[in-house]
Amino acid sequence: MHFAFDERQLEFRSQLRALTDKTCTPADIRQAWSSEQGWSYARWAILADMGVVGLTVPETYGGLGFGLVDLVLLLEEAGRAGLPEPLLETTALGVPALVEASGERAHELRGQWLAKIAAGDTVVAAGSEGMPAVPGAMSAHLLLLERAGELHAVPGESTVRVPRAALDGARRLAEVSWEPSAETLLASGENARSVLASLRHRAAMGTGAELLGVADRLITMTAAYAVDRIQFGVPIGSFQAVKHHLANALIRLEFARPAVYFAAWSLDNADPNAGGHASMAKALASEAATGAARMALQVHGAIGYTWEHDIHLWMKRAWSLAGAWGDARFHRARVLEHLLDQGDPVDQGDPA
Amino acid sequence: MCQIRRAMDLRFTDEQDEFRSEARAWLEENVPTKANGRGPLPSLDTAVGFEAHRAWEATMYDARWSVVSWPKEFGGRGVGLMEWLIFEEEYYRAGAPTRVSQNGIFLLAPTLFEFGTPEQQARFLPSMASAEKIWCQGWSEPDAGSDLAAIRSGAELRGSGHDGPGTWVLNGQKTWCSRGAFADWVFGLFRTDPEAQRHRGLTYFLVPMDAPGVTVRPIAQLDGETGFAEVFFEDVEVPEAQVLGTVNQGWSVAMATAGSERGLSLRSPARYTEAGRRLLSLYRRRAAADPVAAGRVADDVARAVIDAEAYKLHTYWTATRVLDGAGVGPEASMNKVFWSETDLALHEAALALLGAEGELLDQDGSPGQWLDGFLFALAGPIYAGTNEIQRNVVAERVLGLPRA
Repeated sequence: MHFAFDERQLEFRSQLRALTDKTCTPADIRQAWSSEQGWSYARWAILADMGVVGLTVPETYGGLGFGLVDLVLLLEEAGRAGLPEPLLETTALGVPALVEASGERAHELRGQWLAKIAAGDTVVAAGSEGMPAVPGAMSAHLLLLERAGELHAVPGESTVRVPRAALDGARRLAEVSWEPSAETLLASGENARSVLASLRHRAAMGTGAELLGVADRLITMTAAYAVDRIQFGVPIGSFQAVKHHLANALIRLEFARPAVYFAAWSLDNADPNAGGHASMAKALASEAATGAARMALQVHGAIGYTWEHDIHLWMKRAWSLAGAWGDARFHRARVLEHLLDQGDPVDQGDPA
Repeated sequence: MCQIRRAMDLRFTDEQDEFRSEARAWLEENVPTKANGRGPLPSLDTAVGFEAHRAWEATMYDARWSVVSWPKEFGGRGVGLMEWLIFEEEYYRAGAPTRVSQNGIFLLAPTLFEFGTPEQQARFLPSMASAEKIWCQGWSEPDAGSDLAAIRSGAELRGSGHDGPGTWVLNGQKTWCSRGAFADWVFGLFRTDPEAQRHRGLTYFLVPMDAPGVTVRPIAQLDGETGFAEVFFEDVEVPEAQVLGTVNQGWSVAMATAGSERGLSLRSPARYTEAGRRLLSLYRRRAAADPVAAGRVADDVARAVIDAEAYKLHTYWTATRVLDGAGVGPEASMNKVFWSETDLALHEAALALLGAEGELLDQDGSPGQWLDGFLFALAGPIYAGTNEIQRNVVAERVLGLPRA
């Protein structure tokens, strides 16, 4: 039992933080939101050079061949930075699905896409059936899409995409129309079921990781504001009502964090209960982030309700991601199902 | 540094698995249960129950299971923090009795290891481990609750320096001393420099409850039993050798105890994950009988069980940091808020499942299991520093907000 990151993982996070501190300022995020694409090719190219984009791509295709425990801190950092680029969709969802697929054309499709992804030339979006719109679909070059129990890898130009305006300007969701074909078939049957299940678990864990970073940023910005803002002749952060709001938000975050890291480890190690662990992570992280967003707005007061103040960039990401890939209630119900499926713990010969 | 280079690994080692098996086997054999006719023990908060719990812990001590993480010379096994957490998991899993010695072994002992002289350690630790001496905590006073630094009970030194060591004379009143009605010793904070302000001028004393001048008045708790007591001190003489740490530095000694109280050692996660297992079992039975009624509580059940798991994972996370050489600071206050609220959430969900049966003292086949647990959990956000005080600590010392 050694529940900690290693030096290389921590160092990678520091590098990403140094980059985003410089190139992903609130002004940069605003620019991305108002741009046609929603994010920046230039920043994506730097992320690809650093190895972040190709982190999960096998080395034979030019990536680093790392796992989710290596990625989870970077996703958290992306949330903290408010990174507009589709790192989750490409590196946490798309790449592992391509790697896990074993359809007849899977090998060929890997050859076609993985090296381009690692090089930063291709970004991916993933959508499962029943989603009202696919996150990141508007500007994705490759879409991994579910249809009738199959998973397809569809080039962007083979789809018809109708943009759906959304709360967070970088999400770039779209309704996607497309025709499945033998050309695009990545996985079917049992393999498709397992690839899709694994994709949903990674989406829950990965979105949860981003939400940790979002909550962290909301709390840090709000604590700083509470120190600076003077009312009644004192910083508002000296009032217990304000202190307790902030403390509660931090406590929810600190107890969500290990659950997300654990889910990443559990998925990397193919733990049979990894799905339940991912759901636990998403349930905890969603509430930590939405709670932090409500707290941040309340403590900022009217200035927090403006477009001008930067806090909304993170509040909106919290609200968007909290509902994406299943909200907290959905995942709590999943956890309960998982636990009940494991049999009655007390009736199984335990003395209690 | 070599530890930090290790990759994340959430599996236990073979040695740890073996340790778990050994603990499980011993507990299965020895825990007093209804099934083996030796349990459940009568309530800890009655004279008879107190002695029964003391006898159980003596049995544990004889087999070296009472304080596994302590050095062997004091009755432990010298195992690490992870092994202690494993033992706790097995202890709760086995449905073993509440530890009557908890204030001593979990709160005073870590403070004795840090601040005690070798003589004090040798004198007090083994009898604590064997439950021959049960300790209670004497901190709160009628006018010093959340404002602990307002302590007025005092101690004066007489006869020191000339003919050998002197004697402290203690006067005052302590209250809300858990297990104080039956305990053998008390560890308490007394003002030794009346001129000093608040946190300064306090000293940490170890006092036998049968010393002349000590009067105990048991207080009935919410459940009607005498779980705590007021303790009065009238010219109680205490030798200098029973001061823990430095005279007038009692506050920093006490804060080490408080760190244990709020942090890792008082409430191991097993207590809550085990309650979570029982809650799932209750949910399963209720859902079979009335799925609609149980369904209304499903989200509360899931939330409470998830929080118990989150607390466990956070504990392993923190324990790894401690083993890698980092200290636990004011973050301990976050733990205390989280475990106390999780405990309440678990019991509230269970009572919601029980519905109208929830008020009955004999419920769900066992006497007062959930109701008792609920009443006990209600104290959690109050003792060991109220959750409001903890939130202030988190805001000021972790987030850097200004003091009022």
